[in-house]
Amino acid sequence: MTKLAEILLNGFALGSVYALIALGFVVIFKASGVINFAHASLLLLGGFTVAKLHDDLGFALALLAAVLVTAAVAGLVEVWFIRGLGRTEVHTLTILTIGVDILLTTELTRRIGSDVLSLGDPWKAGVRDWGGVHIADARIACIVVAVVLIGTFFAAFRFTAWGLSMRAAAEDREAAALMGIRLGRIQLTAWCVAGALAAVAAVFLAAFPSAGLDRSTGQIALAAFPAAILGGMDSAAGALVGSLVVGLTAALMAGYQSDMTWLGANLGDVAPYVVMLLVLIWRPTGLLGSKERARV
Amino acid sequence: MSDRVSTTVPAATPPARHASTAAPGLRGWAGPGAVTAVVLVLLVLPFYVTAFWLQTGLFAMAAAIGAIGLNLLSGTTGQLSLGHAFFLACGAYGYVWFAGDSGRVGVQRLSGLGLPPLLALVLAVLLTGIVGGLFSPISGRLRGMYLGVATLALVFIGHHVMLNAKSVTGGFNGRSVTPMEFGGFTLTDGDPDGLEVLGIPFGQLERLWYFALVLVLVAALTARNLLRGRPGRALGAVRDSEIAAAVMGVPVARYRSAAFVVSSMYAGLAGALLAMIFNRVVPDYFGLALSIDYLAMIVIGGLGSVTGAVVGAAFVTVLPQVLSKYADTLPLVVAPGSPDSGVGPGEAARYLYGAAIVLVLLFAPGGLVGLLRGRPGGVPTGRRTVRLGRTKGSIRTGSKG
Repeated sequence: MTKLAEILLNGFALGSVYALIALGFVVIFKASGVINFAHASLLLLGGFTVAKLHDDLGFALALLAAVLVTAAVAGLVEVWFIRGLGRTEVHTLTILTIGVDILLTTELTRRIGSDVLSLGDPWKAGVRDWGGVHIADARIACIVVAVVLIGTFFAAFRFTAWGLSMRAAAEDREAAALMGIRLGRIQLTAWCVAGALAAVAAVFLAAFPSAGLDRSTGQIALAAFPAAILGGMDSAAGALVGSLVVGLTAALMAGYQSDMTWLGANLGDVAPYVVMLLVLIWRPTGLLGSKERARV
Repeated sequence: MSDRVSTTVPAATPPARHASTAAPGLRGWAGPGAVTAVVLVLLVLPFYVTAFWLQTGLFAMAAAIGAIGLNLLSGTTGQLSLGHAFFLACGAYGYVWFAGDSGRVGVQRLSGLGLPPLLALVLAVLLTGIVGGLFSPISGRLRGMYLGVATLALVFIGHHVMLNAKSVTGGFNGRSVTPMEFGGFTLTDGDPDGLEVLGIPFGQLERLWYFALVLVLVAALTARNLLRGRPGRALGAVRDSEIAAAVMGVPVARYRSAAFVVSSMYAGLAGALLAMIFNRVVPDYFGLALSIDYLAMIVIGGLGSVTGAVVGAAFVTVLPQVLSKYADTLPLVVAPGSPDSGVGPGEAARYLYGAAIVLVLLFAPGGLVGLLRGRPGGVPTGRRTVRLGRTKGSIRTGSKG
């Protein structure tokens, strides 16, 4: 029973990290119609900035700096590459983000080399014991921070002028533009928000029980793809549901792996994709994605 | 090709564009002339260049077959696929398993059917097609980006299976490949031994070269004919407007699945050819990066055109090889493993590869083929329809609108 509780808590923590990443995908997709493959490298950039700065600035300031840097770089990607090509195909833009990802990842992995960088987070390797259930401090912090950030995001989305224009732009770009909403600015802020969330996610991906930030940390962002898709690419709430499903599936599969050896090693890495395929057979636009409607 | 016609105004689609989709690069006699010239150059190339160039060229030819297939799916039908690496792996391992012998290698037991290699090649292509067909509940219903990420799943699941189905794939260390042979003539360095043509020794690379060239030509011709005929028009109609296509009597889901199956079979052929060039197949080669390379090929080359796929495949395959080979002569590059904190040749190649993707797309969204034809935007300006609504490319975003 305690094992199950531990697995569920860990799955929840993993799911909340995925949620931070998946929300970034969804926000960018809603604003630009692009699936952002450069997200992995933005995440790595966030983690790298914290790792380099925490000795001089302390963890909190370094994290703040990382959030700003990553948001700024995400914004630059939008201004330089996405905005100018606004009328070309989504196909082309998606591949373009792959090109950006290759450039950024190459630069970062060259600087990181084969090192495992510590982020100097305040939770270290602390573990809490709640009636026999062991959970790392970093995991608890992760859940708390994610809940706060995601709550803030949804509140902003629902109640602020920015959220309103964002929703209007996602609903109908043309009508929103005619109503005086600055689409360029909406798109820019969307990219910046996604970048900032990725930087925070990087900290928790590199925190205990992970050893630290290494060159492959960015690849974990890929696991948020199934999360975003199975929830529905154009639904922020769907991204949350999808992330929890993916996090719990991965944790359960990894936790009970010894009972399922016939399925092979490292099942936890593959299970989210299997779940995604099953959901997509059932609902082709994801759990909460809007159904396609067409007027003839 | 001209993929930019707005989906909101199907009536604005000029009928002529289907004719131009169907005849990629074959305007008048310039096209066939250029193709013949390229083929002639490729025919005599093994007599003049070193093994490095032959090897690179072989990789490019295998990639060209795969890219033509992906282009049928993504360029013509407008379905994004990131699962191409999985189908390449199916073809490669399918061929190895059909042609390989059962037996023990070291501590491992390998299974195999030991069929004649040519039959194994055909079966591997069919097997890949069947696997692609099994995916049709998803490939027929999903569109655009959703299909893209759904196929991403195939790469990861496939990698898992390759690592764990050890008796078929040989696990992490892979499995060696039975060479192709036709009635005693093998595509290896021996058997017949010391074969020379016009004083040039004909080893594995030279023999494979002509075999691959035939396969590329057959694949390109088949794709061109497919695009020119009824299926090509139906697929183009599905891409431009699903509803209009359905109203005209095109069974949309069936054509989508069919495009997926055909594209998988092309990938299977490319994978089997790659296996013969490598001599050994390992699971790690067939990762997400490979899928992305193929997507980059068709976008850099030019979507929807067979010529574009071939040009893009050559560009993407040859560029990193050449850059790694000659990187040390470039400025600012240090030798690998040197203590200076400079950029190594491999990294320099990655930088230039990434920059090439970004620059081509920024300045020639129509791909290299668009540049060759003197219209980098892909569509002549007079025919470009203005799009005001949300971005609706040939790839559907899957959201309402």
